[in-house]
Amino acid sequence: MNKTRSGSASILFQLGGLVFSLLFVSIILVLVKSQPLEAFRLIWEGSTGNATRIASVFVVWVPLVLVTCGLLATFTAGLWNIGIEGQITVGAIFTTGVMRLFLDSSVSPVLVIIISIVAGMVGGAIWAALAGVLKTFGGVNEIFGGLGLNFIATALNIGLIFGAWSRPGVASMSGTEPFPVQFWLPTLQNFRISIWSVVFAILGLIIIYFLLQGTHFGLRLKAVGKGMKSAFRLGIPTWQHMMLSFVICGLFAGLAGAIQVTAVYHRLIPSISSGYGFMGLMIAMLINYQAIWLAPIALFFAALNIGGIQLPIVLKLDSSLTGVLQGSLVLFVMISQGVKQLFLRKKLE
Amino acid sequence: MNVDFRNINKHFGPVHANVDINLSIKSGSIYGILGENGAGKSTLMKVLSGFIQPNSGEILLDGKVVTIDSPADAINHGIGMLHQDPLDFPPMRLIENFIVGQKGGLVPSYKEIIKEFKELQSKFGFSLDPEAFIDSLTVGERQQLEILRLLWMGANALILDEPTTGISLQQKEKLFAALKILAEQGKTIIFVSHKLEDVEFLCSKVSILRKGMLVGEVPAPFDSDQLVEMMFGKIISLGDRNNVSQGKTVLELKELFIEQYPLRIENVNFQLRAGEVIGLAGMEGSGQDTLLRACVGLIRPISGKVIVKDKDLSNKKYHEYMKNGVSFLPASRLEEGLVPGLTLAEHFTIAGDEDKGLIIDKEYFREKAEKMIDEYHIIGRPELNVESLSGGNQQRAALALLKNWLSIILLEHPTRGLDIESAIYMWGKLKERCLQGASIFFISGDLEEILQYSDRILVFFSGHVSPPLEASTTTLDQLGQLIGGKGWDQVFSTRETL
Repeated sequence: MNKTRSGSASILFQLGGLVFSLLFVSIILVLVKSQPLEAFRLIWEGSTGNATRIASVFVVWVPLVLVTCGLLATFTAGLWNIGIEGQITVGAIFTTGVMRLFLDSSVSPVLVIIISIVAGMVGGAIWAALAGVLKTFGGVNEIFGGLGLNFIATALNIGLIFGAWSRPGVASMSGTEPFPVQFWLPTLQNFRISIWSVVFAILGLIIIYFLLQGTHFGLRLKAVGKGMKSAFRLGIPTWQHMMLSFVICGLFAGLAGAIQVTAVYHRLIPSISSGYGFMGLMIAMLINYQAIWLAPIALFFAALNIGGIQLPIVLKLDSSLTGVLQGSLVLFVMISQGVKQLFLRKKLE
Repeated sequence: MNVDFRNINKHFGPVHANVDINLSIKSGSIYGILGENGAGKSTLMKVLSGFIQPNSGEILLDGKVVTIDSPADAINHGIGMLHQDPLDFPPMRLIENFIVGQKGGLVPSYKEIIKEFKELQSKFGFSLDPEAFIDSLTVGERQQLEILRLLWMGANALILDEPTTGISLQQKEKLFAALKILAEQGKTIIFVSHKLEDVEFLCSKVSILRKGMLVGEVPAPFDSDQLVEMMFGKIISLGDRNNVSQGKTVLELKELFIEQYPLRIENVNFQLRAGEVIGLAGMEGSGQDTLLRACVGLIRPISGKVIVKDKDLSNKKYHEYMKNGVSFLPASRLEEGLVPGLTLAEHFTIAGDEDKGLIIDKEYFREKAEKMIDEYHIIGRPELNVESLSGGNQQRAALALLKNWLSIILLEHPTRGLDIESAIYMWGKLKERCLQGASIFFISGDLEEILQYSDRILVFFSGHVSPPLEASTTTLDQLGQLIGGKGWDQVFSTRETL
């Protein structure tokens, strides 16, 4: 009985966070002399108005789910993998690089796509492992290491787009030369979404849920995250587990990058990670690191992203407004969790 | 200052930690509060020092009703509390700690304050260096600092929570002398402890708490048996040594040389026999913990050998020692022993010897946890997080987590902070292990515990390690002198000639 009561209280507090963040954004909108209700209606319309828009939401949903799955592994081990953005980017770079190798070969396109995606995962894993090595052997906090690696990944990406891989004649911000259609992950007819990428996301969800909830490895990872010294004393090889969690996260991030290249943009572009890594961090915090809530919350975030596209056209508002909404949502939900704890403690006393 | 509690009640959820407590403590007296772990002593003292607020009841200081909302409020009323773990700032210098919490101008005048500090400490015979860093002080010295600080801030009543845990015999004597001076000056001293001998020696009156209730108030002179009976509601006797016939050597230290700044431990030679219990005695920081950790691969020796059952494990890592049947139970339970946030069942899942596949058999481990909870009398359920257990139950859980086939168990302060009953239980379980052939190496600050349970004793004094002493022929006085660095020549030269 106790459990259900605190459970419903918990949902109440989460909803409170949502209400407060909507209020907060409304106040901002009123301050810039715009109509909040109209803005929210547009976001809703923009994300659910027609089938194309819904499909677009899923285009964002897939990488969001994948990176957040990876982040759950690192968060479980008590690590703040800020380097996730760089891991997505390097994944995309590896995928593009490998695919370019096969452009003129006679290998079947299906095989090329598979090899490129695997290469992307390996790339993400390598970049994540670097953050792990810096942490375990260099004593560099993973937040700073990750931040540095993000910058390097971005620079590398831009360097390739404007240098070695630039379009013949014109190097431009629009990215590398698009790949021929046979090297695209097949999309649903007339829509931008590929059924394969959705399958990857769902598989990723199932794998990470099972890994963290049901396996000895997941439990050991949790022990390392909650109390490293004690975990070590109980016989768990701690740095190896932290390293593995980085690698797992990198595999997911790399896969997200690979999908951005093979299913969405069909080339390498400067902002290939689209900020999904940071958004994934927000989602992970919002769902309190519980895989079970990942899919719906990621869908909500994706919907906000797509819904925001209408804002500049109709209301002359920047589409980053949805980012403000996402960020404030995380803040208010976390504040409400803090308030809930205070409240429950008061009650206990 | 006269302190009166009137009908104090405090609930923590379903737990009624203080039930209608009425107490009156006269100024100029040293008043003892006795009780086992969880009896409600700390709760009552936290109410007085403003850390928590009672659900009902009132506190009177010199006959006036006061409300104490915070520790800062308490010190304004003249109440200072000395906590079991010193609440200071280790990276800072002593004098900075002394000034912290003080109201005053923007720039403290160090020169004057140092002068005042020195005057104050000379009254109690303390000799602390105001420029020293807190990390370099012993627990006892940090305690002295805290007492001086509280007095300087104007405390008229001092609450001391288990002040004799973790300090040396000499420091204890100094502390007691200082408390007596303070009482003569008319200050009120409230001494919270579960150590009978300290309370009997020091206090003029004692209140006993049991299960949140005040069961009685006794003036000096005290009858120990009566006090124990009031504390536990029954009479308890300590267990004895096992006197196992000792077998072959399981652990050998050969010319071991360990350095951990600022300590150097040189040339340790020792053989641990199967089924034997070795107590490591010494003041905190004399090298016991360093040696113990070197015996499990947590500290690397500079030279020399650690041989476990004829296998040279020097320079091997902790997990290699674990594989060879050595286990280590550290003093800080929730930092190095158990993982806060994980349930009991999850702990048994991680620590178990079972052949593990990929997937956790949750039902199996829940049953195992239930079995162990039963066997080790842990008050708790498999799905409870370990941090929600009481200290004694956490220690039992840590003990239950040890693997079955261990040959050497190393323990740091196995019964620190436990009440007598839990401590006796703990040793009962450890002695069972010895009968099964395990050997025990343990550190304790409690000399009686060392004499009570060890077969042989190693004494530590600033990095020096004594040859083993037979516990049965060593007296408490002798041991007390030795850990203070006195009488080494006589004891060990006579032994060697024997």
